[in-house]
Amino acid sequence: MARQEAKKDVVIVGLGWTGAIMGIELAQEGLEIVALERGHDQNTVPNFQYPNMIDELKYGVRLKMMQKPSQQTVTVRRNEGETALPYRSLGSFLPGNGVGGAGTHWNGLNWRPQAEEMRLRSYIAENWGEQIIPEDMTIGDYPVTYDELEPFFARFERVAGISGTAGNIKGELREGGNPFEGWRSEDYPMPAMPSTWDGVKFAEAAKAAGYHPFPSPGGIASRAYVNEYGMQMGPCNHCGFCERYGCFQYSKSSPQTAILDRLKQYPNFSYRTESEVLRVEMAADGKTATGVTYFDEKAGEEVFQPADIVILATYQLNNVHLMLLSGIGQPYDARTGEGVTGKNYGYQMNGGVTMFFKDEHFNPFIGTGANGFCIDDFGMNNIDYGAEGFIGGAYWRSGQTNGQPIRSMPLPSGTPTWGAGWKRAVGEWYGHAMSIGAHGSCMSYATNHLDLDPTYTDRHGRPLMRMTFNWNANDIRQTQFMKSKMEPLAQSMNPDLMQSSFKKEGAQYDVRPYQTTHNTGGHIMSATPDTGAVNRYSQAWDKHNVFALGAGNFVQNTQYNPTGLVGGLAYWTAHAIRTQYLSNPRPLV
Amino acid sequence: MNTILRVIGGAAVLGAAGLAAFVFVPVQRTVAVTDLPADWKAPEGAGEYVMYAGDCMACHTAEGGEPFAGGRAIHSPMGTIWSTNITPDPETGIGGYTLDEFRAAMIDGIRADGAHLYPAMPYENYRLMTEEDIRALYQYFMEDVAPVNNAVEATALSFPFNMRFGIRAWNWLALAHEAGPSAATGDAAFDRGAYLVQGAGHCAACHSPRTTFMAQDGLTESDENYLTGGEVAGWHAPALRGEGSAPHVWAVEEMAAYLSTGRNAHSAANGEMGLVVRDSLQHLTDEDNLAIATYLKAMDGEPGTPTVAEAATTTETMLTEATDLDLGARLYMDNCSACHFVDGKGAAEIFPELANNSIVTAPQIGGLANVILHGAELPSTEHRPMKLKMQGYADRLSDDEVAALMTFLRQAWGNDAPPVAASEIGAFRAPAH
Repeated sequence: MARQEAKKDVVIVGLGWTGAIMGIELAQEGLEIVALERGHDQNTVPNFQYPNMIDELKYGVRLKMMQKPSQQTVTVRRNEGETALPYRSLGSFLPGNGVGGAGTHWNGLNWRPQAEEMRLRSYIAENWGEQIIPEDMTIGDYPVTYDELEPFFARFERVAGISGTAGNIKGELREGGNPFEGWRSEDYPMPAMPSTWDGVKFAEAAKAAGYHPFPSPGGIASRAYVNEYGMQMGPCNHCGFCERYGCFQYSKSSPQTAILDRLKQYPNFSYRTESEVLRVEMAADGKTATGVTYFDEKAGEEVFQPADIVILATYQLNNVHLMLLSGIGQPYDARTGEGVTGKNYGYQMNGGVTMFFKDEHFNPFIGTGANGFCIDDFGMNNIDYGAEGFIGGAYWRSGQTNGQPIRSMPLPSGTPTWGAGWKRAVGEWYGHAMSIGAHGSCMSYATNHLDLDPTYTDRHGRPLMRMTFNWNANDIRQTQFMKSKMEPLAQSMNPDLMQSSFKKEGAQYDVRPYQTTHNTGGHIMSATPDTGAVNRYSQAWDKHNVFALGAGNFVQNTQYNPTGLVGGLAYWTAHAIRTQYLSNPRPLV
Repeated sequence: MNTILRVIGGAAVLGAAGLAAFVFVPVQRTVAVTDLPADWKAPEGAGEYVMYAGDCMACHTAEGGEPFAGGRAIHSPMGTIWSTNITPDPETGIGGYTLDEFRAAMIDGIRADGAHLYPAMPYENYRLMTEEDIRALYQYFMEDVAPVNNAVEATALSFPFNMRFGIRAWNWLALAHEAGPSAATGDAAFDRGAYLVQGAGHCAACHSPRTTFMAQDGLTESDENYLTGGEVAGWHAPALRGEGSAPHVWAVEEMAAYLSTGRNAHSAANGEMGLVVRDSLQHLTDEDNLAIATYLKAMDGEPGTPTVAEAATTTETMLTEATDLDLGARLYMDNCSACHFVDGKGAAEIFPELANNSIVTAPQIGGLANVILHGAELPSTEHRPMKLKMQGYADRLSDDEVAALMTFLRQAWGNDAPPVAASEIGAFRAPAH
C-alpha cells in the first residue's frame, strides 16, 4: 500500500525548463503545487561552482550531470526486424538529471522555428503539391501557428535571457540579423555576443559568397541581465564550458538563473527531489487523472500524490514513457499507423566540414555553446523541395564551443589515434582548425516511433520504452545537399586541409557516438484526437486534466535546436490553463 | 580627629545612601513625546512595518527558532547577551507589558521590572522614534504576533557587567538626546530618511564608531562622528558619510537598490548587512529606501562628483598583458577575474565591483577574508529573488595565497589599503557562524 500525500491542486512531474515555467505561472494563480523531481537538487553554488565544474573528464566524458542508464533508459533498434537492446552507455543523446534538467547542461542555442515549419504539410501542398511527400513521411501542420505563438516565444526569450541580433521585427528586415527568420515583435533582450575568429572568418566568407551571416542566438548573457521575475544573469566570460556542464557564473540561461529562486518564494509551491514518478493514476471512468504515484528514493517506498491537474514536464523520452505506462493516448502501432502515443519520434540530421589552417591561430580557450555566426540561406523556407528532391533544410554555424583537450582536438583524418604520430599532429594542429556545422531537419516517419519494450524492464519492474529509429533517404539527401553547398564555401577559405562529415546513402543510425540531444515527438500535438496525443494546448485528448509539455509535442522536429519552441509552447500552455482551463476544467478543444 | 572621623563617616553614609539610591531607586521613565488619545489605533499593517524598519527579527529570533521568541546569542565585548522573547507570551515574553513599560524598554532601555536592558538593544536610536510608531509596534506585538512560550537562556555576563545598575551611569552618557525624532527640515524625503536612519533603522548602532564607554559615537548628523564607520562581528561597517563613502559615490537610486535588494551596480550586501537587507530593508517601500538614500546623500550638503582613480587602468593593463604577474595578481586572474573582470568592475547587481569597495579596503580584514575563504550569499528579496552565491576558496588557497590575493585587491584599481600578512588569515579559517 503506497503512502499517500495530501492532495494538491497541481502536480508537476520534472523540474526542468517546462516544469519551472508551469510552476511559476500556476503559482501566480494561487494554486497549491508540488513538483516531483527524479534527480537531486542543484544550484549554481555549490553544484556548478568554480573550479570543480571545469572538469572535462568528470562531466564531459563520464557525464556526471546526466541521467544514469541504471536508473532510467530506453531500448533501441533501427527497424521492426531488429531486437531492441538497452541503451546502457550514453552516446547518441544525453538526457539530463536533477533540478533544472537538460536546461542546466545545454549549449544555450535558442531558436524559434520558422513559420513554414509550423505548417509544413500545407506549405508543401501549396508550393509543390502534397504528392511530393513520401508515403511513409508522417509530417503535418502544428495545430497552433507561428503568429499565435509569437508573444510566447518573445516571453520565453525575455525570461531565459537570450542574446542575439533580430533580423525581422514586425516584417521589417534588420541588417545583421537573420533575414529568413519568423517575425519578431521585439528585439532580443540582449545584444549578440562577440564571436571568436573562426566565426568571423566564416561570416566573411559567407558574405562574399552572397549569403546572409548573423550572430548565433543564445541563452548566454552578453551583459548583466535581469528578467521579469527579477532573476539575474552575469556577463559570460567565454570559458567554453557550456554543454555537459552547469554554468559556474550565472551566465547561461537555465531554470536556476531564470526562474527557480523566484518560484521558491511562493509559499504555495514546493518540490521534492529524488522522487521518480512511476505512473499517472486514473479515475475509475478513465477520463481524468487522479494524481501520480512516485518512488521516494529516500524513504525507499511508493507514494501516491493526488492532484487535480497533472503536468508532465519531464524530458521528452520520459514523458512518452509515462504516457505509455499510464494509458494516456492509444499507443501508436507502426504496422497499422493507428494510435497516437509514441508516434512521430524525431531527431536531427547534422553534418559538417572541418578545415585546417597552418597559418591561422584560433584560440581554443575561448568559446561558448552558442558562439559564432550562422547562415540560414539553406533553411527550410529557402529550399525548393520539388527541384532538390528532398524535404528539409539546415542552418549552418561556425564558432568554437570549447577547446577541451579530450574531446575537442580535431585532427586531420588518417592521423594515428595515439603515440608519436598523434602527438606530432596535436602539436601541429591544435588551435589551427575550425569547422562549419549544418544543423538539419529530420522529418517524421511512420517507421520511427516509441513503444513499450516487450523484454526489458527497469528497476521498478516497468517495461523500458523502446525506440525504433533509423535514418531516412530523404534526410540523407538533405545532408548531402548541404555537403554540396558547404564544401565549396569551405574551399573558398583556402584551408591547408579539409574534411567533411555528412551521412551517406545507406547510413544506419548508430547509438554510440554523440549526435544531439534533440529527441522529439511521441506525444505530438494534433488538430484531431486520432492524429496526436495532445491538443493545441498540450492537453491530453483523452484525459483533460493531464498536460504534456516539451519537445514531445513536436509534430516533426524543426531544423533548429528545440528549446525556443519548447519554452514558447510552455508559456502558451500555461496561458491557456490560466485563462481557459482553471475556471472550467474540461477538454479545451 | 573626631571631626575628621565624623566627616569620613558622614561621607561614607552619604556615599552608601547615594550608591543605594543609584542601585535601588527606580529610574524615571521618559513620557510619551506625543500625547495620543487612549483609543488611538495604528492603521492596518503599520506596526508590522515598524517592526521591519526596526529589524526586531534580526536579534529576537534564534536561528531556526520561532519568530520573536528570542534566544539568539549576541556577542559583545562584555560577553554573550541572549536576546529576549518579545512575543506576547505572559510568562516568558512581553505579554504582561503595558504600553508605558513597552515604551520604556524601547526608549529608556528599562525592563518592566525596572532593571536596565543591555544596550545591545538599540534604545539609544529607538529613542528617536515617534510615539505613533511605538504605539503601532506595541499593538503589533500584542495583537498580531503569536505568543510563544520559550524561556531563553539568561544573559550572564561576568563582573562588573553583570551589575545591570551600572547601565544607569552609562545611560547618562548615552541617552543625551531628547526623546522623539529630529527636527524636520521641510524636505519630506530627507526628513523621512533621517527619521528611518536615526530611529527605527538604528544604522548608527553599527555604522557609527563607539566611544571609550562603548556608546554610539554619534546619533544624528550634528554629531561629528555619526556614521563615520564602525565594526560589527569582525566586519567593517563602512562610513556612510564623507569623501569616498558609498552614499557619496553612488547615485541615490543605486543606494536605494542596494538597500532593497542587497545588490546594485557597485556592490553586494554581505555579512551582517545581508541580514539587514533580508530581514528589514527589503520589506520597506521603495519610497522609504529612496528616502534613506536621499538623506544619506544629502546630510552634509550635496557632495561633489567623486574622482576616478587613474590607477584603475594601470591595474587593468597589467592584468590584460599578464606578463610577470606577482602571486596576488596571478591568483586574481585564476580565481576571480572570470566574474569580477580585469577592470575590477564586475557586473551590475551580480558581480560586485572591487575597486573602491569598502569590504575590500576596510581596516578590519575580516570581511574580505571571510568572503574569499567561505564565500558569500545574497538574500532572496522581493525585487531580486536570486540567492546569488559566491563560492569560498578555503580549500583552494593557502594562508599565504589568501594574503597575497587580499594585498593585491587592496591595492589594485586605485584601492589604497595596507597589505595583509599570511599570519592574519588563520583566524578566519573556521567558518563564521
